[in-house]
Amino acid sequence: MERAPVFSFRGVVYSYGGSCSPALSGVDLEIMPGEWVALLGANGSGKSTLAKICNALLLPAQGDCFVLGMDVSAPENIPLIRQSVALVFQNPEDQIVASIVEEDVAFGPENLRLPQAEIRRRVDAALELTGLADMKRRGSYTLSGGQKQRLALAGALALEPRALVLDESTSMLDPEGRASFLERIGELNTHGMTMIQITHRMDEIFFASRVVVLQSGRVAWDGESSDFWDGPYLSFDFEEPPELALYRELKARGFVPSGTIPRVDDLLESLWL
Amino acid sequence: MAIAAEDVFYSYNAGTPAEHAALEGVSFSVERGERVSIVGHTGSGKSTLAQHLNLLLFPRSGSVSIDGVSSKPGSPDARELRRKVGLVFQYPETQFFAETARDEIRFAPSNWGMRGDDLDACVDEAADAAGIEPSLLDSNPFSMSGGQRRRVAIASVIAMKPDYLVLDEPTAGLDAAGVRGLERILSDIRARGLAVVQVTHDLESALAHSDRILVLERGRAVASGTPEEIAVFLADNPVQGLLMPPTARFAMGLRSRGIDVSVTSGVPELVSALEKAERPDE
Repeated sequence: MERAPVFSFRGVVYSYGGSCSPALSGVDLEIMPGEWVALLGANGSGKSTLAKICNALLLPAQGDCFVLGMDVSAPENIPLIRQSVALVFQNPEDQIVASIVEEDVAFGPENLRLPQAEIRRRVDAALELTGLADMKRRGSYTLSGGQKQRLALAGALALEPRALVLDESTSMLDPEGRASFLERIGELNTHGMTMIQITHRMDEIFFASRVVVLQSGRVAWDGESSDFWDGPYLSFDFEEPPELALYRELKARGFVPSGTIPRVDDLLESLWL
Repeated sequence: MAIAAEDVFYSYNAGTPAEHAALEGVSFSVERGERVSIVGHTGSGKSTLAQHLNLLLFPRSGSVSIDGVSSKPGSPDARELRRKVGLVFQYPETQFFAETARDEIRFAPSNWGMRGDDLDACVDEAADAAGIEPSLLDSNPFSMSGGQRRRVAIASVIAMKPDYLVLDEPTAGLDAAGVRGLERILSDIRARGLAVVQVTHDLESALAHSDRILVLERGRAVASGTPEEIAVFLADNPVQGLLMPPTARFAMGLRSRGIDVSVTSGVPELVSALEKAERPDE
C-alpha cells in the first residue's frame, strides 16, 4: 500500500498584512501518517502560522501545500481538509462554544450534519477518551483550566480527524495535568493518529518521534527526536529541562548509552545498577 | 518570635448552602528568620491559610497568634499585629496604580505618616532588599518586565517593615530566568532576618529553597517537615497536583538502588554520587 504524506509543504511562504518580514519564508516539510512531530520554535518563529496552514485556516502566499493529497489552494477541498485536520489552540476558552460539556463536544459533528445516533456515538467516544465522561452534564465554564483544555481536545476528536495539530495545548496545565494530557495524546498516536505538537518546552518532546525546529520562518532542524536531544538542541535558545541536563551529564560519563529517552525512569533503567 | 496557627478550621460562605470547608484542623508555625513553604494543589487551602497568617481571615475555630498575641476580628490590636506580617498576593502587579516604582513603594509608609529623609531611606532600603536597581525607581512599572514588576510589588510590602513576609505564588507567570532571580531575592530577604513564607504549587522550588515544608491536601495538613522528609513522604504517598521534580525522582531511584544521595540534589550532585559509586568492571 502506498503511504501518501498527510502534510506536504514545498516552499511555503506566508506574510501577515502590514508586516515587513514574512512569518514563513520558504518551508519544506513532509509528514507521514502516524508520525508524532514536535514543532519547536521561539515566539515569532512561525509555528502557529504553520499550524493554521495545516488545516487551511490560512492559505500560503507562495509554494505548494497538500493535505492528504488535497491541494489547499482549491476551494472545493477546504471543507474536507478542515474535517480531516483538527486544530487545538493554546487557550481553551477561545474554543468552547456551548455552556454544557456534551453540547460543546457535539458542536462539530452537528455542523457536519451527521445523523443523531452518530453524533451521540462520537460525543461519547470523545468524552471517554479525554476522561470527561463523568462531567458531560457539567457547565463548560465550571470546569478547571485542565478540564477545559481536555474539553477543547474532545471537541476536536469528535470530528474524527486523521491528524491533530496541538498549538501549545498544554500551556494552561500544571505539571501533573500536562503529563496526563500527553499520555492521552500518546494513546491516540499509538492508534495511528498523526500529530503535530507545537511547543517551546523541551520536556514535552520526549514523546515525539521527530523534531522540527522553526527559526525565522524556516526549518532550521529536522530529524529524529533522539538525535535532537543528543546535542543539536544546544545550538538553539531553548530552556534545558532537568531531565536533559541529567541525560547529557550521564551520557558524557558513559553512565547511560546515547539514544536513551531522557525521562527519569528510562535513565534509571539504563544505569548499570 | 513566631506566627503560630493551631488547629485552624475555616469555611467560606459559612451557614449558607454554598458553605465550603477550606481548612479543616490545620496547624502551622513559622519563626523569624525561617523560610517555609506551604504547598498543595489548587483548592487545597494554601491561600486561605496564608490569609490567616496576617489576620485577613480569622479561624472559625482554632487560633492564630503573632509573636504570642492572638486577636479577634475588629479588635484594635489586629491592626498592629497585621503590620508585622506583609502579604504579597498572587499577581500583585495587577494592583499597581502609581506612575513610578518609587511612588508605588512609598505609598504605604507615606500613608502611615512617614515623611522626608525617613521616607526616602525606607524606599531605598525596600528597593534594595527586593533587588531593584536605583535607576529603575523612576520608571513606570507598567513598562517593566514581569520579573521587575513582581520585585516592585515585593518592595512595596517590605517598605511596611514587616517581620514576616508571606507570598502567595510569587513565581506564578514568570519565565525561568525570572523565577531564578526571585528565588535569589527571597533568600536575601530571609538573610536580613525576616521570615519568608511562600505559598506555591511548585514543589521543585519548595524542595530547593525551604527549611521546612507544609503539604496541604483538601484543607488538611498531610505532611510537614524538612525538604528531605517531604520528598521521601511524597515518593511513597503521592499527593494530587504535586509532581516530584525530575531530579528528586532520579535521586529516589538511586537510593532504591543503594546509592546514598540527598533528595534535594541538583544535577551535579546526582552525577558525582554516581561517580563515587562502585562500578563493576565490564
